[in-house]
Amino acid sequence: MTMQRTIIALTLAGGIAALGAPAFAQEHDTPQPPRQKWSFAGPFGKFDEAQLQRGFKVYREVCANCHSLDMVAFRNLGDAGALGYSAAQVAAVAGEYKVKDINDLGSAIERAGRPADRFPSPFPNDLAAAAANGGTAPPDFSVLAKARTYERGFPWFVFDMITQYQEQGPDYIAALLKGYEEPPKGFQLPPNGHYNKYFPGHNIAMPPPLSAGQVVFDDGAPQTVEQYSKDVAAFMVWAAEPHMVARKRIGFQVMIFLIVLAGLMYFTKKKVWSDVH
Amino acid sequence: MSGPSSYQPQSKVLQWIEKRLPIGGLIHSSFIVYPTPRNLNYWWTFGGILSFMLGVQIITGIVLTMHYTPHVDLAFRSVETIMRDVNYGWLLRYLHANGAAMFFLAVYIHMLRGIYYGSYKEPREVLWILGVIIYLLMMATGFMGYVLVWGQMSFWAATVITNLFSAIPGIGDPIVSWLWGGYAVGNPTLNRFYSLHYLLPFVIAGAVVLHVWALHVTGQNNPAGIEPKSDKDTVPFTPYATVKDGFFMVCFCIVLAWFVFYIPNFLGHPDNYIPANPAVTPTHIVPEWYYLPFYAILRAIPDKLMGVAALGGSIVILAFLPWLDTSPVRSARYRPLFRQFFWLFVIVCVALGWLGTKPPEGIYVVLSRIFTIYYFAFFLIVLPLLGIFEKTKPVPNSISESVLGAKA
Repeated sequence: MTMQRTIIALTLAGGIAALGAPAFAQEHDTPQPPRQKWSFAGPFGKFDEAQLQRGFKVYREVCANCHSLDMVAFRNLGDAGALGYSAAQVAAVAGEYKVKDINDLGSAIERAGRPADRFPSPFPNDLAAAAANGGTAPPDFSVLAKARTYERGFPWFVFDMITQYQEQGPDYIAALLKGYEEPPKGFQLPPNGHYNKYFPGHNIAMPPPLSAGQVVFDDGAPQTVEQYSKDVAAFMVWAAEPHMVARKRIGFQVMIFLIVLAGLMYFTKKKVWSDVH
Repeated sequence: MSGPSSYQPQSKVLQWIEKRLPIGGLIHSSFIVYPTPRNLNYWWTFGGILSFMLGVQIITGIVLTMHYTPHVDLAFRSVETIMRDVNYGWLLRYLHANGAAMFFLAVYIHMLRGIYYGSYKEPREVLWILGVIIYLLMMATGFMGYVLVWGQMSFWAATVITNLFSAIPGIGDPIVSWLWGGYAVGNPTLNRFYSLHYLLPFVIAGAVVLHVWALHVTGQNNPAGIEPKSDKDTVPFTPYATVKDGFFMVCFCIVLAWFVFYIPNFLGHPDNYIPANPAVTPTHIVPEWYYLPFYAILRAIPDKLMGVAALGGSIVILAFLPWLDTSPVRSARYRPLFRQFFWLFVIVCVALGWLGTKPPEGIYVVLSRIFTIYYFAFFLIVLPLLGIFEKTKPVPNSISESVLGAKA
């Protein structure tokens, strides 16, 4: 009886949602970013070292001219499950950066970076970053992959909960980077604006950042905007969620433990209650 | 807490303590021999789950506090430091954030179970009201915890919610300045939210003690909605209820672990990974999912003061439930009409939650208004009238009869 009511209830709820659906569809003329295959998706996902290294190269040579990464330290590059760099490689990368510091005499100096330093920002402060970029500071990359998404809408977000689709951020970023095109007829693009089909409102301040052949990959990966976009998006996911691989690995162990425990508890419960029922 | 204890400790040390402080007897009578109705279903395990979740929140919260910095310039970064550099900091934070969501999920199930089986009816009115107080405290605590992250949604949620008080005629604006500790949401606001977010969970714990005390005085309601009449109707809390609660608690932990380890940001808003910026308003300001139905009610009403009154009223009305529901029959099992209105109420709450995520325009406003009317009508019209007009089914004579009757 109760089950029957529940079904009626769910059907009604679906009906109500369907009522709202047309209004929802009109609201968005922005296409949904295509879904990519990511090595780190799913319950057993791991970062692809080569992809992170390529993404880091794209970040360093292109994005880092405007975008900071100031919550990530050089030492993180050598962390387990990250880019696979050795301690010597991390030190070498850090040494290529100039870091602001104060010496023993109290004078402001610039010294070579050390693994414990965080990535220095391209601008001295937010105001300088904004002034150099038409009024708005380019966002920091540290958690940007978690701060960007696109709306999935009902009922997709319910399925996402079960299928663990959590890669809306990198899908959006990868799509955005290659989403530049000519504005359609009648679209009023303000001066210094750029038309991007995936950007909400389509008017993005950032000029198209990537072009084919711009970054040289030495592992034979195609040097296309498509590849650059994916690699840098993967790198940004790692930067935003550096412990993701450990999280999923521990999660699997916890799940096994809890499921076995639940089974044992269930049979204990059955045994205890057998004289009552 | 139920009558004189029959507790006789074996060990000399425990006997010595028991003569001076009968705490062993208290635990024994409350959690060992305490009689629970034998027909409780799994919906009754959520009380234990909620106590467990409160413990999880307090423990993870205390450790997070050791690493968090409540300052507008440092808060966001300190959260990221927890995520990156504190050992298992990501686990603590994701447990705490998703734990709060699961805490609310459990409390909603617990409350709806109470409504379905009429658990608030005489003599459990005080027990129910204590529950409503706990829920209100949870809402305040959850809201202030969300602000501590100091992302865009934190900041703007704080701005929107505190601004609600400005709707109070005459003294609204001074009250808001007093809440903020300034002329806008700022560092004093963050500091007091931090202080209160640490304090309120212990107030909740105190209220939970009262809630459990009241429960152990009246005894539990049960799916049949009739009081136990003999020993045949009950089983001792341990091992029967403990093992059953334990089993379902582990099942609940599987759901919690799914969120924590696999989809930790699913319930959060991506904008809260953007540091708070008073100069930039997000396109849509949305609260956490567990406040969405109330947010929809607030926005359904065009007048600000009336909207705030409706928001407050939608929660306060719960405290009057024992007197609004006039039916002498407790359980929805024997109330065919009530059962339909109840499920409609559940659908309306879910639908209001969905509407809370939508911009307040067009069809969404119309739907919000219709559902808001039903929300209040359920309490103010349906429940009082059902008690008069509903033809209830015959209630069994005893719990054991209802159990055996169902089997035959």
